[in-house]
Amino acid sequence: MTSLADLAAGSILASLVLYALTGGADFGGGVWALFDRGPRAGERERLIVQAIGPVWETNHIWVIVAVVVLFTGFPGAYALLSTALFLPVTLVLAGIVLRGSAFAFHAYHLHRERRAAGWGTLFAASSLLTPFLLGVVLGAVSSGMIRGTGLANLASGTRSWLAAFPLCVGMLTLSSFSYLAAVYLILETDVPELREDFRLRALASLAVVIFLSAAIPLFSGGGAPEFHRALTGSFWSLPLLGINALAAICAGIFLLRRAYRLARACAAAQVTLLLAGWGLAQYPFLIRPDLTIRAAAASPAMLRLLLAVLGAGALLLFPAIFLLLRVFKKEALFGR
Amino acid sequence: MSELILARIQMAIFFVFHILFAVAGMGMPVLMVLAEGAFLRTGKAVYADLARRWARGTAVLFAVGAVSGTVLSFELGLLWPRFMEFSGGVIGLPFALEGFAFFTEAIFLGIYLYGWERVSPRLHLSAGVMVALGGVLSGVFVVSANGWMNSPSGFVLVGGRPAGISPLSAMANPAWKSEAIHMTLAAFAATGFAVAGIHAFRLRRETGNRFHRAALVIALSVGGAAAVLQPLSGDMSARFVARSQPVKLAAMEGQFRTERGAPLRIGGMPDPVNETTRYAIEVPRGLSLLAFHDPDAEVLGLSAVPRDERPDPRPVHAAFQVMVACGMCMAAVAVAGALLGWRRREVFFGRAFLLAVAACGPLGLLAVEAGWVVTEMGRQPWIIHKVMRTSEAVTPVGGLALPLVVFSLIYLALGTFAARMLRRELAESPSFPGEEG
Repeated sequence: MTSLADLAAGSILASLVLYALTGGADFGGGVWALFDRGPRAGERERLIVQAIGPVWETNHIWVIVAVVVLFTGFPGAYALLSTALFLPVTLVLAGIVLRGSAFAFHAYHLHRERRAAGWGTLFAASSLLTPFLLGVVLGAVSSGMIRGTGLANLASGTRSWLAAFPLCVGMLTLSSFSYLAAVYLILETDVPELREDFRLRALASLAVVIFLSAAIPLFSGGGAPEFHRALTGSFWSLPLLGINALAAICAGIFLLRRAYRLARACAAAQVTLLLAGWGLAQYPFLIRPDLTIRAAAASPAMLRLLLAVLGAGALLLFPAIFLLLRVFKKEALFGR
Repeated sequence: MSELILARIQMAIFFVFHILFAVAGMGMPVLMVLAEGAFLRTGKAVYADLARRWARGTAVLFAVGAVSGTVLSFELGLLWPRFMEFSGGVIGLPFALEGFAFFTEAIFLGIYLYGWERVSPRLHLSAGVMVALGGVLSGVFVVSANGWMNSPSGFVLVGGRPAGISPLSAMANPAWKSEAIHMTLAAFAATGFAVAGIHAFRLRRETGNRFHRAALVIALSVGGAAAVLQPLSGDMSARFVARSQPVKLAAMEGQFRTERGAPLRIGGMPDPVNETTRYAIEVPRGLSLLAFHDPDAEVLGLSAVPRDERPDPRPVHAAFQVMVACGMCMAAVAVAGALLGWRRREVFFGRAFLLAVAACGPLGLLAVEAGWVVTEMGRQPWIIHKVMRTSEAVTPVGGLALPLVVFSLIYLALGTFAARMLRRELAESPSFPGEEG
């Protein structure tokens, strides 16, 4: 029986998936721009800016939705997490501010300005830091190191994120976002050389994603034992991990054969399944091992209204987002 | 410095910064839509150019507002976890609604900014209207949460925790209506006057430039209308505060003694130690009359409550004076502008009036900042009025000086960048010299 609290927690997960698939890819674009050297670097950077421009603001609201649902639906958990993970969350914020504003300045005006090199590097570096720390936060939430059910009995955890498992999840997040960006960007251009550039980047980052996805269960055994048991020993474990592996293999094959639309579908499926797997293995906990979704939930009255608002909001938003994508991503998304 | 003070300074920096951009996010879309509407109606190129330029400005301001707003949604929990633990489940709903309003604004701003050549003129204008609507609704929803901190409702306290929660009555808290009206008008007045001020400044040198003339008329109409209505809303707000937060009113007015027929103090310096306000011009019975619409009404003084439940009246009184003075100046210029625009157009675009408008340019934003000092510092020591103290809400995490310094530097850089972007945009003065009407 799915409870209201489960639905609310599920909508946080859904927002995170949407954030990863959209805003995450924007950060990934920043990663590629950061390390870009060699021929056509300028063209690639322009392509990245053009592709992201119209959708940037929209993409980055998903993280606000996730946070708002968290503090409305699970206020105690929000207070606990923002205390235990104060430092990484603060750094994530600094990254979001730097990257977000730098992007806006760049997209709207900075093409007329010689970018101050120091600032440029700092802004681009935030593309690395933010996804990495977002992953670290998710990893720490699962690691079982944040103990306590509320602020009053927060026993330990402020250093929980400085462990092998969360740091690995951070690396996986960073590489997944970069991978998504590379796959998306192939379809944003008609220039064959640029397509090839991003195809190679996509294949390289896919290899890293596969390596880290395989490595994480090894680390989670020691670093997040209960999460590990749930991830590998549940009835859904084999099918989920199997489909994820299949999606990764297919993405690789489609990239090799230059079937980019199919490759993109597989890449999106991979990232969705990674997060879905995290969510399922986390269930029924919000913060392993002490705080369950049920225990952390706000009053049923609030949850009902919150879900109603989310439902109504989705009904209004998705057509609008569809319109936005239809206008600006027609060729990339809907074929021509 | 104590961690509480560091946390408060950091939060104040976040708000002082964010509110400028939030206000622009409410006001600028209206200006840009009006300019585009004028273009569609008249077909004059000057309005199309104006709409595009205002849209570019909106984009930069919106982007900075978006990231600084994201920061706030996290910092509420990072700096005030006990506050969020208590109130998230009571007053979270307007934040969720605000999220969707903001989403609407972002989606349609994307279509508006990048879609000039891609969508039909009608869809483009509708997208602009959605941006404006989303902007205003975001502000209205988020102010509900502040209203709740001033007039908490929708729950009962059981053992220090909220119970019997009714999220809708929390959202529809008594302060919401007057605060939402006051904030929305303030946003329009501040944006309208800031923009009008810039164009008036330019017109003093380029007298005949129709671009700046068109911009001035639109911006001053929006800002002026809001500035004229604002005193009515201010009266409503003040009377509400007088009833629901009499201690805040006392701090605003520098009123220490509880008395009937209390005077209205203009200027002056409250002295909390000797419990008196010096050097003020006193209008006899003015405060009783304004706050209760009764010259003999009793006004509560700060001395009536224990010292540890009083806000510091010095910043609150000063900020209140600043806010009211700015508002009065803008309302006066707005009335003068309406009369001149109606009867004597050459004086409207004459040097004296342009100077007055240019001088009023920053006043709206100043009034907004001052208004937030009044409502936030006037509520102290409470974070939730009479329910939770700010000192109880602060994070147990130490070392807050570091994020304070880091974020101050980031915001300083961000503000400088944004200002430079806007100045570059303004440096180009498009030339529409002709006199076709």
